[in-house]
Formats: sequence, C-alpha cells, structure tokens
Amino acid sequence: MSKRKAKESNGESPECISQVQKILRERFCHNCAAGKLFGMEQQYRHLLELLKRTTVHGESNSALIIGPRGSGKTALLNHVLKDLREMKQVRENLLEVHLNGKSSSTDLRLLQTNDKVALKEITRQLQLENVVGDKVFGSFAENLAFLLEALRRGSRTSSCPVLFVLDEFDLFVHHKNQTLLYNLFDISQSAQTPVTVIGLTCRQDILELLEKRVKSRFSHRQIYLMNSFDFKQYIKIFKEQLSLPTEFPDESFAQKWNNNVQHLSEDKTVQDVLQRLFQHTKDLRSLHLLLMLALSAVTVQHPLLSAADLQEASRQHTTDSKANIVHGLSVLEICLIIAMKHLNDVYDGEPFNFQMVYNEFQKFIQRKAHSMYNFEKPVVMKAFEHLLQLELVQPLERPSARAQREYLLMKLLLDSSQIMEALQVYPNCPTDVKQWAASSLSWL
Amino acid sequence: MNTRQQSKLNYSWYGKPVSLDRKLRTSQYKGILITSETTKTETCIQLGDFILVEGVNADQPYVAQLVGLYEDGAQHKRAVVQWFCRFEEIPQNKRKLLKRKILPQEVFFDQILAYDTDIAAETIIKSIMVLPLHLGEELPVITLNKEQTFYVKQSWDGKCFKVLSPETFSKLKEANKKRGVITNSSKAFIPSDPITPVKKETESVVQSATKPKNMDMEIESKHSTSKSSLAKERHSQRVANNDIKTPTARKKLELNSPTRSKGRLLGCEVLVFLDDDSDAIAPLEPSATKRKVKFTSDILGSPPKIPCSNEKSRSAPETAEHCQRFSDTMRLSSYTKVKDFSEKDKNLHVTDDILSLAGHQKPSTESPVLTPRSRRTCAQKTSALIAEQISMLDQEDLSDSDSSYSSSSEEEEEDDMPCTPEKKTKSSRTFSTPKSSRKPAVATPAKTLKKTPLPGTPRTPRNATPEIPRRVQAAQEPASVLEEARLRLHVSTIPESLPCREEEFQDIYNFVESKLIDGTGGCMYISGVPGTGKTATVHEVIRGLQQAAENDEVPPFEFVEINGMKLTDPHQAYVQILEFLTGQKVTATHAAVLLAKLFSTPGPKRKTTVLVVDELDLLWTRKQNVMYNLFDWPTQKHSKLIILAIANTMDLPERIMMNRVASRLGLTRMSFQPYTYKQLQQIISSRLKGVKAFEEDAVQLVSRKVAALSGDARRCLDICRRATEICESARQKRTPEMVRMAHVTEAIDEMFSSPYVNAIRNASLHEQIFLKAILAEFRRAGVEEATVQQVYQHHVALCRVEGLQSPTVSEIMAICSRLGACRLLLVEASNKYLHMRVRLNLSQDDVMYALREE
Repeated sequence: MSKRKAKESNGESPECISQVQKILRERFCHNCAAGKLFGMEQQYRHLLELLKRTTVHGESNSALIIGPRGSGKTALLNHVLKDLREMKQVRENLLEVHLNGKSSSTDLRLLQTNDKVALKEITRQLQLENVVGDKVFGSFAENLAFLLEALRRGSRTSSCPVLFVLDEFDLFVHHKNQTLLYNLFDISQSAQTPVTVIGLTCRQDILELLEKRVKSRFSHRQIYLMNSFDFKQYIKIFKEQLSLPTEFPDESFAQKWNNNVQHLSEDKTVQDVLQRLFQHTKDLRSLHLLLMLALSAVTVQHPLLSAADLQEASRQHTTDSKANIVHGLSVLEICLIIAMKHLNDVYDGEPFNFQMVYNEFQKFIQRKAHSMYNFEKPVVMKAFEHLLQLELVQPLERPSARAQREYLLMKLLLDSSQIMEALQVYPNCPTDVKQWAASSLSWL
Repeated sequence: MNTRQQSKLNYSWYGKPVSLDRKLRTSQYKGILITSETTKTETCIQLGDFILVEGVNADQPYVAQLVGLYEDGAQHKRAVVQWFCRFEEIPQNKRKLLKRKILPQEVFFDQILAYDTDIAAETIIKSIMVLPLHLGEELPVITLNKEQTFYVKQSWDGKCFKVLSPETFSKLKEANKKRGVITNSSKAFIPSDPITPVKKETESVVQSATKPKNMDMEIESKHSTSKSSLAKERHSQRVANNDIKTPTARKKLELNSPTRSKGRLLGCEVLVFLDDDSDAIAPLEPSATKRKVKFTSDILGSPPKIPCSNEKSRSAPETAEHCQRFSDTMRLSSYTKVKDFSEKDKNLHVTDDILSLAGHQKPSTESPVLTPRSRRTCAQKTSALIAEQISMLDQEDLSDSDSSYSSSSEEEEEDDMPCTPEKKTKSSRTFSTPKSSRKPAVATPAKTLKKTPLPGTPRTPRNATPEIPRRVQAAQEPASVLEEARLRLHVSTIPESLPCREEEFQDIYNFVESKLIDGTGGCMYISGVPGTGKTATVHEVIRGLQQAAENDEVPPFEFVEINGMKLTDPHQAYVQILEFLTGQKVTATHAAVLLAKLFSTPGPKRKTTVLVVDELDLLWTRKQNVMYNLFDWPTQKHSKLIILAIANTMDLPERIMMNRVASRLGLTRMSFQPYTYKQLQQIISSRLKGVKAFEEDAVQLVSRKVAALSGDARRCLDICRRATEICESARQKRTPEMVRMAHVTEAIDEMFSSPYVNAIRNASLHEQIFLKAILAEFRRAGVEEATVQQVYQHHVALCRVEGLQSPTVSEIMAICSRLGACRLLLVEASNKYLHMRVRLNLSQDDVMYALREE
C-alpha cells in the first residue's frame, strides 16, 4: 500500500490507466444494455409491459419506437430484452427475429434490400423446416407462402410468441407494396401465432409513409424518445458516464477519479464546454465522442482528466472541416479562393468558371505585381484542379469530354465567413492578399 | 393432362347404336373406341368397365364405372357413370367417420346424389380395375400393378360410410367378370416390347399369310397353340405383349374385334379361328405364339430347360381342347374361386403371386440376352433376379405337373389377378421404345411431378411442415377484469356475430347462396375503407355457408382465399388458387392454363368454388390479364365459380380496369360505409358484454373520436386496449378500477397527437434557432425553399441577437442532417454542402407555434 502511495505522487500504474480507458471506451462505443437509461423510465415500463404480455398471455401487438438519432432507441430495446430474458417465465417462451432495414441480409447488399432478403432472414432466424443448413432455398413466393402458412398454423395459446424487431423501420416502408409490413401487421391483428412487431425509426413522419391498409393494421402504439432532459440532467449524465464503477479493482484510484469527475462537473470552463455542446445537440453520442477525445489525453503521467483536456477535445470536436482544409492550401490556391469569393459577391452566388477566376486573379496580380509572382495559366489551372479535388469547388454538372475545362461552371463550397476565419489563422499570409480578401476594391 | 392434349385422341363409337331415343334424339351405344392419332393405337371401353375420368387434379383422376354411353342431339358424345370416390375426395372433417385404416388404393362406392353422373365421353382416360372386397377382408397381396387397381369395401353417401349392399357387391363383381372375358381395352395397344424385333414378326406374319392353308399347318398351329396355351400359363403377359405390338397384329385385332381378350385367351381363340377356317388371321396367331414359346425355351434354356421340355411334352398330347375347356370353366367361376383360394390357402396364393411376378419379369430377363438394345435399367435390375426366378420356375413346373388343381389355380391367377393386365401396361411403359410413345395419358404429368423432389438436391424440402415451435409454458389466462377486457378487445378476437353489418352480411349471403343453389358462377365487388369489416363479413358469410352446407341446406362448395398483399407477384394468384383446389404446385403460366381448362370444361364431380380475392387492386398488371381471367372464368358456362372481390376504393373498376375487365366484373357491387360513432359504440359494447371495464362515456368518447377521424374499427379497438393498459398502470395498488374518460383521452392523445410539435420542443437550442432562421429566410425570400448558406446567414445573425457563440458551418451541417433524419426538414443529398436546399416538412405555423411556447 505504501508503495502504491509513493507511486501516486508521480502517476498511476499503467495497468490501472489502461483499465480505466478500457472500461470507459467500452461504455462510450457500444450501446451496451448495461449502461443506464436516462429519462425514459416511462417508455421502458411501457415496452416491458408490452413484451411481457406478448410472452405471458400470447397477445399480439405492434409498436414503433420513434426518436432522433442517438436518443437511445436501440439501448432501450436491448435493455428491455435483457431484463425480459432474466425472467424465467419469459426466457424459453420468446423467439426473436432481428431485421435491419439497412442490411437484412448477411451478404453485402447493404443498401439494396427487399422483402425477399428479409423473408429469407426471418425464415433463417426462426429456423423453420425449410432451412437447410444455414441457407433458405426456394423462390420468393414459396418462402412467403411457407412463412405465412407457418404463422397461420399457430394459435394464441399454443404457439411460441415471435418478436420481430425491425431496425431502420423506415427503410422497410419502401419495399414493394409493403408486403412484409402488411403481412406482419396482419398476423398481429388476426388469431394466428402471437407476434409482436417492434419498429425502430428516427423519422417522425413514419405513419404517413405507411400504406392505408398497412396503417389500419398497425396498432398506432408509438413510443417516443425525445431527449427531453435539461442541462442539469445533462451534467448528471456527464458525471455518470465518466464515473468509474464501484467494482473497479483499484478502489483508491476509482475514488480519486470519481472525485475528480465531481470536481470537473462543477468547474466553470467544463460547464461552458458542456453547455455549448448541449446547445448544439442533445444527442448523447456526441457527448460520448467528446469524452472519448478527452479520455485519450489520460496517460500515466497525466492520470486524471482536467478541464483543459475537455476544452481541447471540444475545440477538436467543433472545428470546421472545410476551414481546416483551407489552412493547408498554398498562397496561389488561397488567392484563387479569394477571387472566387469576390466573384460570388459580385454575381450574388451565381456559378463561375475557371476563366473568370483567372481574370479576377490577373487583375489582382497586375495591381500588386510586386508581392506575387505571376504564374503561368497552366500552373493556375493546376492549382484550380487541386481545389476541385479537395471539393472546395464543385462543378455544376458532370465534366463532359466536349466542354473545355476552363469554361465548366463551378460553385464555391465555402462561405465567406469561413474564408475570412481561415485567413486569420493562415501562417505567413502576404498582407496584400489579406487586404485583397477583405475588399476587392482595396486598390482604390 | 398435357401429354393427353398433345397426343390427340379421337373418340368414336364402337359398333352400331344399340337403341335410339327419338324423342330425346339420343342414341345409345355399348362401347367407345379411343384412338390416339400420334401412336395409332386404339382402345375400346365398354359398358360396365371401370374407368378413370379426368379430374381437377391430374394426379388423381376420378374413378368411375361406365354405365351408359349415348350421343345427344348436338352430336356430343356423352357417358353416364357411377362414381367412386377416393378417400382424398372426402371432406377432411368426415374422414374420421371411417373408423379403420384406409387401404392404399381404396375407393368408396359413391352414393352422393349431388354429383353429375352425365359426363362428356372425352374426359375418359382409360380403363382400370375395381375389386369389391368384404369389409373384414384383407387386401389381396398383389405386388403387381398397384396403381391401376382399386378396391372398394364401403359406400359413401356424403354422410356416412356403409357396407356395400350384396346387390352392389355382386354387380361390381359381375362387371369385373365380364370385363375379364370380353374387354381388353388398353391392353390392346400396349407399346411394343423392345425385345421383339418387329421385322421378324411381320416376316412371320407374311410368311404365314402366304402359306397355303393345309392340314399340316393346322396341325402345326394346333400344336403351337397347345404349346402356347401351356406357355400362356406362365407367360401370358409377355405373350400378349408380343403379339399385339406390330401393326399387323393391330390390324388383326381390329378384325377380331375387341371382344377378344388377349394372351390367356389366345389358345382358345386360335382354335376358334381354326374351326372357322378363317384365313390369314389364323396362321398369324400361332406363328406369333410359337415364337413366344421359343422365347420361353430360350430363357429356360440353361438349367431349367429340362423341366420346361418336360412340361411341353406332357401337355402337348393333352391337346388344346383340354386347355381351352379348362380355362373356360375357370373363367366362368373366376372370382369366387379366387376368393376362396385366397382365404383358404394363403400359401398357395403367395406362390401364385410369385409365379405371376416371375412370369411377368421373364420378358425383361430375356431381353439382355436377346437384344443389344435392351440395356435398360429395368432389364438390368431384373437380370440380377434371374437365378431367383429360375428357381421359381422350377417350382412352377412342379406345381404344373402336379395336378390340374394347381394349374387351375395358376390359370385363375392369370385370369383374375386384376392387376396383371395393367401391370403389363406398366412394364411395357418402362421398357418404352421410341415407338411406344403412346403412354397412358395421366402417367406423364404424375411422373414429372414426382421427379422434382429428388433426394439430395438443395431445394426447399417439399415435405417440410411450416410450423412455429410450440411454447414451453402455457399461456396465462386473463386474471383481472381489465385483462379479460383487453383480450376481448383485441382485433384478432373473432366475435360470435358482427354487429352493424347485418345488412351487408345478408346481401352477400344471399348472393353466394343463390349462386350455389343454381350451380352457376358470378362476381361481386365489395369496397370500403380499411377497418370497416369487409373481410370479416365475408369470412362470416363463408362460415355460415359452410355450416349450412354441413346441414345440407346448400350444396357443398370449396372455399379459396387469396390476398393481393400476400402475393409476391399478381401472377402468383393462379399458383395459389390451383394449389388450394388441387394441391398441385406448378409455375404461374402453367397454373393459368390448368385453371382456365378447369373452369371452362364441365367438371363432373367438381363442387362450386367460392373464391375471395382480397386487396384486388394489387392484382393489377399492365395488361390486366390476371384480373381479366379471374372475372372471365365465372362467366363461362361450366365454371361454377363465385368470386367475391374486395378492395378499398369504390370506383376501382372504373379507375384502373380496362373496359373489358370492368364489364366482366359486372355491376353487383357493395360498399361498406365507415362506421358511425353509434355503430362503433355498439361494436365495443358487444365485445365487452358481461365485462364491466369501461365507463359508458369513455366508450362514447372513443367512438366519436374515431368516427370523426376514419371510422376504422381497428383503431377504435386499439385505443380501448391502450386505455385499459393506461388504467392498469395508473391504478397500481388501489382497488380495481374502470377505464375512465381520463384514460381514454390519454390513449387518444398518445395515438393521434402530432409528433412534430413535441419533437421541436425537445430539440436542442441551435436546432430551434436553425428552424427560426429557416422561417426568417422563407419570409425574406417569399419562397418555401432555401439553401443552407442562406439559412446560415440568418442563423449567425440570430445567434448574435441571442448572445450565443455562432456555430461553424460543419456544426450547421450536422444540425441540418439531424433535422433531416427526423424529417422535420426535407433536405437534398448532402454532397452539395452549402448549396443544399432545405424545406420544412410541416407547416410554418406549426413551427412557429412550437417555438413560441418556449
């Protein structure tokens, strides 16, 4: 113990630090069901009751969990399912089928998904009798008929209830005729095998997307997750997310760490950082991202998080990506961008082509020839193409073979404020250029 | 069925009309000839024969006995039949009335009066055997020809199974006996055996024909006849096979008339011919048989040669007369005797069987030896059995030489084993040479169907039973009043009656009932918005009619339901209907053909079909041929098809259907109006009868609210169900409570409140400012669309007013995409970055309302 204390003065043991990082990173990266739920007790109870009734009474249901991205829809569902599985009467009585609108197949047709793939996946997960090995054979029509027949045979009291979880529910809506949804909801509304269909989506207008017959069959049970917490709760969440669990092996360090977190949460600068993030988004994922960045600053020499770490993380987190690119450009490229900015001002955002930009640049060179080297046109063209590659400039239409490159119409993908900000921090920027950037009329 | 169509069959009368009915302008016949154009073969079926009749399912043609044949005034050939009914044709729920195990190939003497016994003669496929058995009697052990022989033990009159009356029994037996003597039907054109070189045969025929008729020849033929009659005892089938297959042989058959049964009768017939001094034909017969006998000796050539020749030498002097007389007597007594044997002496019977088997297989055994052509699997397989057969032959010879009794038993076996001739057909089918293309029509589709589920192929297992595993623990029954109410309020619960749809129920019921009684077809179009009880009412009607059919108030009918939404493709409708009706699984195009045939031809035993087409609008195709066919069938004369089409829109026929489709749909329409609040109230209270869970006012509130919105009964029930849940969770520990207004209101709010306002209120500060900036930009530009860049300017300005740090462009883009994901905004693809255009997905007023409250 004394040894450890001696160590504490200059730093913690590396194992301890790596342990901390492991625990916290896991917490931030996975939507693990072990994590706590914030501000959704009511929804939790609703969903739990719903699924319990399905398993215990064999009651068919359908529900949608709706909430913006990162509001904890999947976390809520996983939490409920985990708790359900712990109940004895439920455990063996529930078949689960998980489908994802993005990839309801094991093969990599990520974006192109249809009912055919989904059906095969359902059959596979239910392990019905037409599953051979791990594959489902037969045509789409056969599969559908088989599955419907299987579900139709069951009855409320005798069959094992089936839970269908449709992640990215909105993507299933775009399937042809909404066949899958119609059939699932139809089963949930008829005396067949008890099924519960849970859809997860972030779209608020999901009900309007459902076809009228599908809509009529849906029970209109909607569970909304809204991130409806205020800043005080946000601070609390921050504390809880960063705290080490009590079962952490090194108790004294956990104590110290937690005290530090408590201290941090009361710190003004930290609160400012959090406030700013909170004002931008209530999404807990961005908080996780921020904390992750801050956590990477923790080392053996620097065992505890400081307010400065968080500030630095916040700075990284909020920097403008395009402005960042501008920092790395050459002076010639900066000049071209400034020329485009002036063109935008003059023509009120109308598209321009390379020749116009070159003319504008030439005007500047002629005026301030002493500060800038007069580049050849091909060199300027090269610089312009570099900007094109960086996607700071975007052509209006696809470049065709016939059109000359100089006359392709372009648009600048930067706002003037971004340019000015970037110039402020640009190292060794010639004064003339800065002046020119401020006003195209500076020569007057 | 297909092959049948392909190989055109001609049906012609056999013989002159027996009697003429001048009044009805019909003429009766006693037989019909079926000639196949492609294979140039023909068969004769006579009154009293048992036949297969084309049915709904190509795999299972109907079994019947031919009772009458006549030509009606319009020159159509008609047949009157006595039906037999397969076990599969008996309704599922009645099958258990038969309290014993069903024999394979067992049929029931059909006494249902509803079936039409007058059929088109063209639907006759071929003749078969139907054996009457006593109730307790075991199935005779017959290894041959299983498919073509049926057994009848009991009769079926639609209600119960009865033992055959002695009268019927003897009648059936009589028919069999008669058939045994005269008819030879399908056997007549058994495809030629590969073994026999046709050329040789014709040669011999020519030879014999040119030969002058003299005593010598007669003797020789006599001799050969006696030999053949001997041989026949063992090889009758092969003999039959051989002698008819050549064109000449067929010609001879024609001359001889179909009254001649082949093979075993051969001997006597030849004698008859000889007696008549008939020329040309008579010599042919012996020569053919002679050759056959040669075959026999060939086979027996090696080890069993001695017994064979023994036998020959023994029986030859005995002369043909003996044989003939013998066989004649045997034929007369035939059945009873067989029965006696089978009962008395099982062992003997078994030997008989083996013998017949051996006799049957001999041709194939010899084939490997005789012809290089016969590399057929069957032959090879049987060649493996040669040794066994030889030993059997020895046995046979023993029994032959033993006594007349044993030989008579043999004779009988050949005579009466009902399966023998048919089996022969089958065996020759297996050997089929290109020449013998005339196969029994039904066999082909059946064969191809059977071929599909080859073991080991990675197809969907056909026999897989679609079933969800059973639950481990029993489902709990509702414990409290609220739970009981919830169970009853679930949409899936089927109520005893459908309140508020009595009129519609009656209309549909009357429509279907009248069509059922008339035995005609028709269409009805039912429309109504979702949740107005269309499908439920139709199902209720069907249930009622099925009940009535069981009580014999209406004729029995088949109920088929398809749902446009449950089909992957409109054309799959054909597949599903066909599968429902006949159990066949075929492709869509094939199914369409089969269905069209089914509904356009008069199916004698077919029941009326009631077809419910749910979600009709999804059967729309560009050419509309699915809809066209569906509505065209009922208009056909013999279709017996009643269609109830269900869809949502009232004007669907006018809107999406071509004129020819709409016109076929007809004008029998019915529209389900959305429920009024009173009706909804009645529906809820009828479901909650006896359960006191809801306040009267609460029910009324729900009904009024739903009636005002959509009139969708499902919604109404869902709200009530949710209200019970809310009530339950609100009550906690207090005493059981009723669902009150407050609970219902909460449930309604939950289901119908617009999520947008709530979403905006819970959005982060900058998201709200962004929305404000959008509003400001819209107001400035006067257009409800803006680019992010424009909105950004406003956003920065607003932030300055609020005293907030203005966000970077990246942050704005993030905000924009978040709002876009929630569909508060409609945004373009994000690669346009600042020039991405945004639009509000809700009205500006809503946004303003939501933001002002803050």
